[in-house]
Amino acid sequence: MTIIATQALTKTYGGGVTALSDLTVDVEAGVIGLVGANGAGKSTFIKIMLGLIAPSAGEVRVFGLDPVSETDQVRARVGYMPENDCLPPDVSAAEFVTHLGRLSGLPKTAARERASEALRHVGLYEERYRQIGGYSTGMKQRVKLAQALVHDPDLLLLDEPTNGLDPAGREAMLTLVQRIGNEFGISVVVCSHLLGEVERICDSLIAIEGGRLLRADRISAMTAASDILAVEVSEGTDELAEALARLDLTVTREGQLLLVPLESEAAYDRILHAVAELDLPLHRLDQRRHRVAELFTAKETADV
Amino acid sequence: MSETGVIHDIGYQRYSGARLGRPAVFGALYQHGLRAAFGLGRSAKAKIFPWLVAGIVLLVAVINAGVKAQANITLFDYYMFDDTMSWLVIFFVAIVAPELVSRDMRSGVLPLYFSRPLRAADYIGAKIAALITAVWLLLGVPQLIMFLGAAFTTKKGMSGVWDEAGRLLPGWGYSVLWAVLFASIGLLVASITGKRAFAAGGIVATFLVTAPVVGVLNIVRSETAHHLSGLVSPMTLVRGVQIWLRDGVDLGLDVGRMGPIYGIELVCLVAVCLLLLLARYRKVASL
Repeated sequence: MTIIATQALTKTYGGGVTALSDLTVDVEAGVIGLVGANGAGKSTFIKIMLGLIAPSAGEVRVFGLDPVSETDQVRARVGYMPENDCLPPDVSAAEFVTHLGRLSGLPKTAARERASEALRHVGLYEERYRQIGGYSTGMKQRVKLAQALVHDPDLLLLDEPTNGLDPAGREAMLTLVQRIGNEFGISVVVCSHLLGEVERICDSLIAIEGGRLLRADRISAMTAASDILAVEVSEGTDELAEALARLDLTVTREGQLLLVPLESEAAYDRILHAVAELDLPLHRLDQRRHRVAELFTAKETADV
Repeated sequence: MSETGVIHDIGYQRYSGARLGRPAVFGALYQHGLRAAFGLGRSAKAKIFPWLVAGIVLLVAVINAGVKAQANITLFDYYMFDDTMSWLVIFFVAIVAPELVSRDMRSGVLPLYFSRPLRAADYIGAKIAALITAVWLLLGVPQLIMFLGAAFTTKKGMSGVWDEAGRLLPGWGYSVLWAVLFASIGLLVASITGKRAFAAGGIVATFLVTAPVVGVLNIVRSETAHHLSGLVSPMTLVRGVQIWLRDGVDLGLDVGRMGPIYGIELVCLVAVCLLLLLARYRKVASL
């Protein structure tokens, strides 16, 4: 199911700054990573999806709705977690999230129930009656996530959810986001400038740079086909290459390394056997999973 | 919770209940603002100032009602009550207006508001309505106490009560004028800054600076200047409108035949404040 679709989406700000140019992308439900450097246009994209700013040209549809003309319907189905601090210090989390639930159009009792629910899901059930001012950064990020969840949206827009968190906090937040995407049945767009971070939890990735689409695809499509086994032996590299070639494996040499594409699980064993039969001192045997990052760097250098 | 203290993960539940529209959202924000104005649902610290001011105003009304009941001396009528309490109203607005808008700006909560079915106009509307109601309650409730005091001690039976009610209603109307004007100005000043102390100071200063100008104009030896002097300060402006509407005489302020000008200025001033607020929040709402 396509949840977000854009057609030649362009946003030019008053001063002639182009934040998004000609962005055409179809996004499937799931956990989606929106990556790009600071100022790449991620936040602009989110604001357009929320109907906060109108695009200069092109079209955007969220659940088939136009955020410009059908703002309320879109916002009822979307939850937004901004990047910056956005919590008043002198109220309790329960009260704050309830208030925002009511502003999303929930009736009073429903808002209260949903607020405790949302806080429970982000792991703040026990602390919810404490004032937000006394919370740690990690807890504050959770409150921000809870307020985005309170009205049970179908899509969450998370702007840098791991901002300011320590490694353990990051881990916990990412796991939580992944859980929301997989178990709650809510699609999540996670904005980040850290590719390595979102890559792990996302089903698909959209990379933008300077307002342009770099690449949008499913993570599996980006990484699966490129598993390569790197074999290094301290002597007899040529013999091994020959032996592997005889086993119908395509071998490429890269310095001291032999690179063999892994077509099947069996290939791994066959290579090991070949090494053992030749009685060669094996130095290294590791699976080279293509990182998503490599795909982007290759592209970027091509641009230059 | 079960007795063994096991936490059951009942999983995520989708919400299928009602989703109300913008009028309900407006109502929720209004209610929230009105509660916040009196520090309800906030810490004890937030309750001190609004209730201190409200307490003083109430006390004055009770004393007034008591004196009238015991000695049949009217210290203030309903209009004079508002005029006398003017500085307390200003303090109240200076405390509450920043609580309503500067606080939201300071904590950065506005992006959360405006990513929901809420527009800049709704936000301002709800906030101004909450502030107007709060200021009106500040004056209207003591006026009601004065009325009750007079009504229960009247010696003319029902007709005495009716006469008193006939005086209370315009008094309430006068309080509405106060509330509308002071809420608009106060909210506009408060929306400029996110720092609560600056906002409060700014509001008091706005009223403080204009008051002496009225005095200066009254020394000038021109009849017209005397009549128009009240236009400069919001406090005398409201009084001028009251004098004009009641065709009354006030020892402190003589509006002559310039009454309509006071009325026009009041309306324009409120409209300008609201339009400026709207312009400000249109900008803020698009982040």
